Amino acid sequence: MELVVFIIAGAMVIGGALGVIIRSHPVHCALSLVLTLFGIAVLFIAQNAQFLAAVQVIVYAGAIVVLFLFVIMLLGVDQAEDLRIEPFKIQRPLAAVVGVGIVGLIITAAITSRNAFTPKPAVSPAVAAATTNPPLHDENIRQLARDLFSDHVFAFELTSVLLVIAVVGTVLLARRPDRAQAVTTDARKAPV
Amino acid sequence: MIGLDPLLIGGITLGDVLIVLLKVLVIFVVGLVGTMLMVWFERKVISGMQNRIGPNKAGPFGILQTLADGIKLFFKEDLIPDQANRFVFKLAPYLAFVPAFLVWAVIPLGGDFSNGKDGTIVLFGHATKLQLADPPIGVLLLLALSSIAVYGIMLAGWSSGSKYPLLGSVRASAQMVSYEAALGLSLAGVILVTGTLSTNGIVTAQSSFSKWSLVATGFLPFVMFLVSATAELNRPPFDLVEAEQELVGGFNTEYSSIRFALFFLAEFMNTITMSGVIVTLFFGGPQPISVNGHTLDISPVFGPFTGTIWFILKLLVFLYIYVWFRATLPRLRYDQLMNLGWKVLIPVSLGWFMLLAAFRIGQDQGWNRWVVGIIGIVVLVAAGSLLMLANRVSARNRDREGVMF
Repeated sequence: MELVVFIIAGAMVIGGALGVIIRSHPVHCALSLVLTLFGIAVLFIAQNAQFLAAVQVIVYAGAIVVLFLFVIMLLGVDQAEDLRIEPFKIQRPLAAVVGVGIVGLIITAAITSRNAFTPKPAVSPAVAAATTNPPLHDENIRQLARDLFSDHVFAFELTSVLLVIAVVGTVLLARRPDRAQAVTTDARKAPV
Repeated sequence: MIGLDPLLIGGITLGDVLIVLLKVLVIFVVGLVGTMLMVWFERKVISGMQNRIGPNKAGPFGILQTLADGIKLFFKEDLIPDQANRFVFKLAPYLAFVPAFLVWAVIPLGGDFSNGKDGTIVLFGHATKLQLADPPIGVLLLLALSSIAVYGIMLAGWSSGSKYPLLGSVRASAQMVSYEAALGLSLAGVILVTGTLSTNGIVTAQSSFSKWSLVATGFLPFVMFLVSATAELNRPPFDLVEAEQELVGGFNTEYSSIRFALFFLAEFMNTITMSGVIVTLFFGGPQPISVNGHTLDISPVFGPFTGTIWFILKLLVFLYIYVWFRATLPRLRYDQLMNLGWKVLIPVSLGWFMLLAAFRIGQDQGWNRWVVGIIGIVVLVAAGSLLMLANRVSARNRDREGVMF
């Protein structure tokens, strides 16, 4: 059962990921990304991490990709691109090198930590029943909250500060130069 | 293990599978028929409020009018504009329609919640809950689905290949994304008070009138939720998404026949599901009304359907309120809509949530609740006046320098 779920969700993830890089239409690419994110959410549920799955859908699929689509639609770059034109000459070889490098890294990491994947020694049924019974309905969320707000509270708060800095920075960068000032300089330049 | 339904614990037999299938079927049929009746109900009630007769030709009281409209839409010609992105154009109505349906899966539609029972009933000799699924993330699923519903509207406008639907869809999705934040924040108070995300747990926790989240969270989150849910549904007075009288349709301008019908269906179904969610979150769902231990007991009359009857009665109140809103309130302007969402609803629900959290901590630590309340309100008023001051400064700057963006 778990294998079937894994294969279907894995196919969703890989299909979506391929769609992101192969489709020539930016909106189709963004939709493929949504497919990938849903596949990952299904994988989270299969691992009993329902909270992560919900947050994945709410934050990534529901907010971030919606933002992508907003930008694509508002900037009017929603035309199919001609993939034969290469704007920067070095971009594609560099991308290939980096891609191969990352795949190599992941494979090396998987091989060196192979021992971590061996299944743990089976717990006797009585012990398992004692530790998992009664299964608290939202144990998942409690555990996550306890971790986030006790052991990692500092990192958590720092992340939120980082986000605020990012927002303020964006507002400053997107701000047009002071219009009042621009008007006065224009008036000075204009012939009387 | 997605839901903790007693039906699915232990071995699964053919009977269990059949019961789950039956539940799916019932929810599907009731959902569709309910939507049909809702359209009729809205037209009839509104015409009553406006002193006209409303639909009265098809069937008794015109109750079959929606069916007739539906059949007409089915047989109309299906147009796809030349400039449309065909695949996305066809996909979009389903993206709007499916999330509207899926929300039903987590709403407890009935069951026995008396004396602290958790809503389990016995159906054909199997113990089960009268809801399709009871995932631990219950309420979050609702938020996830409402954020997915944005895609349907956004892509519908974009894929039509025309300027006006595109503008309409940008307007609509900006509105929905903004109000989602307020929706989530007002929901957080309910989660804090009931201590669980599961919809079943939320209903179980609201065993008497004083424990209904409406009272327990102090009424304000309910108002916030009602307002942001109305905006999320694109219902009047927040229906700028369609605004038939003053704007060119909206995201669905280019849609016709069955695809248009799907959008229409999704909108009305969303109204029903959102009312169901409000009833579940704030009014105890299938719980009977019970004040100080005196319960209004209708179970001798309705037997095992008592919970369902309560749920439907409460649901009808909210459906009526939505129609009433539509008949009464004038539409907001777009800047008013955005100001209400970002500058009123989000700060107020955040502040109220902090106050609730402070009370909760005070309860755990044994502090005097009056002291906690007074300090909390003083802090909130200070923060509120700071925010108003900031708004005033930015408004003055805007007046002086012109719009910055």
